[in-house]
Amino acid sequence: MRFARTSKLVGLAAMAALVLSACGGGGGTGGGDGADASAVITANSTEPQNPLVPTNTNEVGGGRVVDLIFEGLISYDASGAPVNEVAESIETTDSQNYTITLKPDQTFTNGDPVTASSFVDAWNYGAAAENAQLSQYFFESIAGYEEVSAEDSKENEMSGLKVVDDRTFTVKLAQPESDWPLRLGYTAFSPLPEVAFEDMESFGENPVGNGPYMLAGEGAWQHDVQIELVPNPDYQGTRTPQNEGITFKFYSGFEAAYQDLLANNLDLLDTIPPSSLKNFKTDLGEGRYLEKPYAGNQTITIPTYLDEWSGEAGELRRKAISLAINRPEITEVIFSGGRQPATEFTAPVIDGYSEEIEGNEVLEFNPEKARELWAQADEIDPWGDKVFTISYNSDGGHKEWIDAVANSIKNELGIEAQGKPYATFAEVREVATSKTLEGALRTGWQADYPSLYNFLGPLFGTGAGSNDGDYSSKEFDSKLREGLSAASPEEGFSAFNEAQEILLQDLPAVPLWYQVRQVGWSESVDNVDTAWNGVPVYHEITRK
Amino acid sequence: MAWYIFRRFLQMIPVFFGATFMVYFLVFSLPGDPIQALFGDRAVSPAVAAQLREQYNLDEPFLVQYFLYLKNLVTFNLGNDFSGRPVAEVLAQVFPVTIRLAVLALVFEAVFGIIFGVIAGLRKGKFFDGTILVASLVVIAIPIFVLGFVLQFLVGVKLGWAKPTVGAEAGWSDLLLPAMVLGLVSLAYVIRLTRTSIIENMNADYVRTATAKGLSRPRVVVVHILRNSMIPVVTFLGADLGALMGGAIVTEGIFNVPGVGQRLYQSVLRGEGPTIVSIVSVLILVYILANLAVDVLYAWLDPRIRYA
Amino acid sequence: MPDYRKDDIEHYVAPLEETPLQATDKVAEDVQPLSLWAEAWRNLRRQPLFIVSALLILLIIVVALFPGLFTQTAPNANCQLANSDGGPAPGHPLGFTVQGCDVYARLIYGTQASLTVGIFATLGALLVGGLLGATAGFYGGWLDSVIARIGDVFFALPLILGAIIIMQLPFFRENRNVWTVVITLVVFGWPQVARITRGAVISVRNADFVTAARSLGVSRAAALVRHVIPNSLAPVIVVATVNLGIFIVAEATLSFLGIGLPPDVMSWGNDISAAQVSLRSNPSTLLWPAAALSVTVLSFIMLGDALRDALDPKARKR
Repeated sequence: MRFARTSKLVGLAAMAALVLSACGGGGGTGGGDGADASAVITANSTEPQNPLVPTNTNEVGGGRVVDLIFEGLISYDASGAPVNEVAESIETTDSQNYTITLKPDQTFTNGDPVTASSFVDAWNYGAAAENAQLSQYFFESIAGYEEVSAEDSKENEMSGLKVVDDRTFTVKLAQPESDWPLRLGYTAFSPLPEVAFEDMESFGENPVGNGPYMLAGEGAWQHDVQIELVPNPDYQGTRTPQNEGITFKFYSGFEAAYQDLLANNLDLLDTIPPSSLKNFKTDLGEGRYLEKPYAGNQTITIPTYLDEWSGEAGELRRKAISLAINRPEITEVIFSGGRQPATEFTAPVIDGYSEEIEGNEVLEFNPEKARELWAQADEIDPWGDKVFTISYNSDGGHKEWIDAVANSIKNELGIEAQGKPYATFAEVREVATSKTLEGALRTGWQADYPSLYNFLGPLFGTGAGSNDGDYSSKEFDSKLREGLSAASPEEGFSAFNEAQEILLQDLPAVPLWYQVRQVGWSESVDNVDTAWNGVPVYHEITRK
Repeated sequence: MAWYIFRRFLQMIPVFFGATFMVYFLVFSLPGDPIQALFGDRAVSPAVAAQLREQYNLDEPFLVQYFLYLKNLVTFNLGNDFSGRPVAEVLAQVFPVTIRLAVLALVFEAVFGIIFGVIAGLRKGKFFDGTILVASLVVIAIPIFVLGFVLQFLVGVKLGWAKPTVGAEAGWSDLLLPAMVLGLVSLAYVIRLTRTSIIENMNADYVRTATAKGLSRPRVVVVHILRNSMIPVVTFLGADLGALMGGAIVTEGIFNVPGVGQRLYQSVLRGEGPTIVSIVSVLILVYILANLAVDVLYAWLDPRIRYA
Repeated sequence: MPDYRKDDIEHYVAPLEETPLQATDKVAEDVQPLSLWAEAWRNLRRQPLFIVSALLILLIIVVALFPGLFTQTAPNANCQLANSDGGPAPGHPLGFTVQGCDVYARLIYGTQASLTVGIFATLGALLVGGLLGATAGFYGGWLDSVIARIGDVFFALPLILGAIIIMQLPFFRENRNVWTVVITLVVFGWPQVARITRGAVISVRNADFVTAARSLGVSRAAALVRHVIPNSLAPVIVVATVNLGIFIVAEATLSFLGIGLPPDVMSWGNDISAAQVSLRSNPSTLLWPAAALSVTVLSFIMLGDALRDALDPKARKR
């Protein structure tokens, strides 16, 4: 999901008050709902940016709705462990060929049965180039993806997917991947009913799913205002709704939503705005807020294609930069403790996370060592009076911490360091993907599915899609392959953590901290918790 | 006069084409690739990106894109935004609420601006004049997001007199507070313009004549001084209507109003050509009409002004 | 015949020599005639309002030119988060910002950029908008239409769209400084001044004194420059002085978006927008730069008032 864009830290700033991915807001008409006697919960969100088609939804606003109205083969429990939902079993002997059996008598809310074809057709739809689905790359592991995803390809069925009978289908991957079943809880892998393929665009306006909730009738999605969900009466999975519905009110910024929360016009706010970070605990009072880490991190990527950052000097410099950043102080002061200093490249809530990866002392604050390494680098290749910049998009609310990081580097290393804001996200992405960065880049990752690999492969693998720093290491790549082809996810952990040792040595990106979700709620709701990915567990919320 | 107004309407045609062309060109020159941004930090599939570019005509050269836009315009098809919504539908949603908001703000700044300005002008250098000056300075120096935030917190949360946020279907009464916040900066302009004009005209010969004729003070002030002082104020207000509609980004953000300003800002960030061009075109129409109204008002306020 | 000599004429009114009329009508031929501007200057320098505002502006200019005279603290050198949002401390009279920078030092060093942007953007908009507006209003006809419609288009363009594009031009991208910000603000600020000037000129162009001047053989251009413009200045001055403050704040918005000043240039606007996160926890970081901005705008408003009074013979105190 595209969390990095819809950052949680949107400033109250004139412009930053507007999240890029939010389009306006709304919710005035439902204003009284919060105090209503009905057990419908109101929660903040943003206008979904695309029709609600699972394979075309890659941002938070649409993602959380799709997640509630569709049910995949598996779901994740609060800790991120997979739980079978529509799947009765997912079996493999070689991590490459999987046989998936569905539970009997599963239906969509229009009465159609959920069959093996519901999955196979939906996945083929998502992968086929002609459908231009934003989450296409999720299917890249499946055999035959290359053919259907190529530009102008007319092929639209992946050879790796075979329907055996109504309740069984087989998947053949292009290569063994032990953590592949873990991905199946991501919304892109949801099934679609037959009606969807008749007219996907209008289906996206009024989607029919098989999840714990469904849209409250035609027109439940009022653009730029809100979207109303009610429980699905035929739901059989594990995520049984404990309330009578959820209404997502769309806000353009968290400031406005926070004011609504204080005025009891909103039941649940999933992000505390920066201007209230120091006050929200007293504003809301004990028992009305929660701070919980989730599977996301913040990093700065230092491109290895720049001369001053390549070779031995570059490596020493990257380490010096990392050692010069006072992570504990910045997380404490700028985020009021709402972040955890990072000790590696993934996140603590992920299975297999280790605090003791060799070489992680490079992520500690050690100004003496930093100056020493910097001086060593200067002997090899003098830095001169260059300025160390960190590029970021100004609409994401990053300015405060970027300035703090730059000051920390400036104070400890004695070099000029500053943030370099870009007005639009599109611009900064273009600079990053065209490999024309002149300094460091703000990066961050939000796990799509709870796996160490998801934090490593797409970001640091040679030629990977989000490898902004153009990092390439044969050793690292082979460790990743080793982890993927392990017989079980558990066996893969040690290989992935060994891969991280290589990263800590090369430091293509400097991990800063792990994300922590700060959630606040109104006086009239209870049982609020957040999941492994930081999204509130909406179905468990109850009204007092 | 009728001929003059007709001519002004005719002028809209070249202005419309010139403006849409220019705005389209500006959007075309926006840095960054909007399609790439749709993928966030995630991997961009080249095939999907190519497909989307074709869908939004982004693979065409500038002139072709502009021509296609105009061609669709003739059939009243304004195109779709990146989320697949017709731009016409977007316009139909954002303009009504913004027009209400802008009109309220305009009324607010006109009424209070003129009243305060007149009093300050008549009592130049006295206590009230000074107070108004300080208040204007506060409005100028403290950014709108701070004033708006404070007012929202006090009135909406602490006192509970109004809803802290209003939505797309906000009624007139819901919009009172946002309109006040929106009109604050312009209020400072109107007050100072009115005050200066009043001071200028207070010593004019016709005022002395009117006073000498034995007319009551209120009558002299309202009929003689005020009417003759209104030209700069009316000019400002006329030009401000459009600015209030397109520039309410911050106010709309604070009060969560999904209006024109917000939408325009989002579209600029996303590089959504058709949406930007359509919104700006409507705004230009608003400017032209408001300015026409102002010019007609000139002739009414000062009979010496004639248009051929 | 009676000799009607002057001695014999009975006077019903005082003799001409004895009336004050002669003194009134007397023209001092040995003195150079004063132009309107010279006369205004003579009036101006006697006004306390002018003296106070001029002194204030002078002080602000000195601060802008020689910030080192007012503080020994280097504003950006040692921002320690340990001091974040700290109150006044020895050597740091106004406390610290969120980032732990010295508020007072930033205030002093921010004067230069803010004042430059404010003054030059205001002057630029005044010059461009004033000239175009006056021309449009005075000559009317097609010239008026063309200028007014161009103004409409610029007015309707969203500042941020235009600013992002302008900042992409190679020249601007490579030379980001106060002047690029000034140019951006002028490009989008002139139509407002033009409209106000045009309105004021239209209301004056048919006044009796203009007609009188024209019938005395003064050319149109001369009538515009000598009679119409000076008499239309009042509202323009008002708008310009308020704009000064608005431009200084607008710079902050542009800088925040990354299309204004480079991040290492200090300005009041930057500090005001940076202070918003501590709006609730430490509002003083917002208040100080806002106060500096207020004082600057106040002194220019006072200067504008004084100038207007001096230019207007009717409003002059006798």
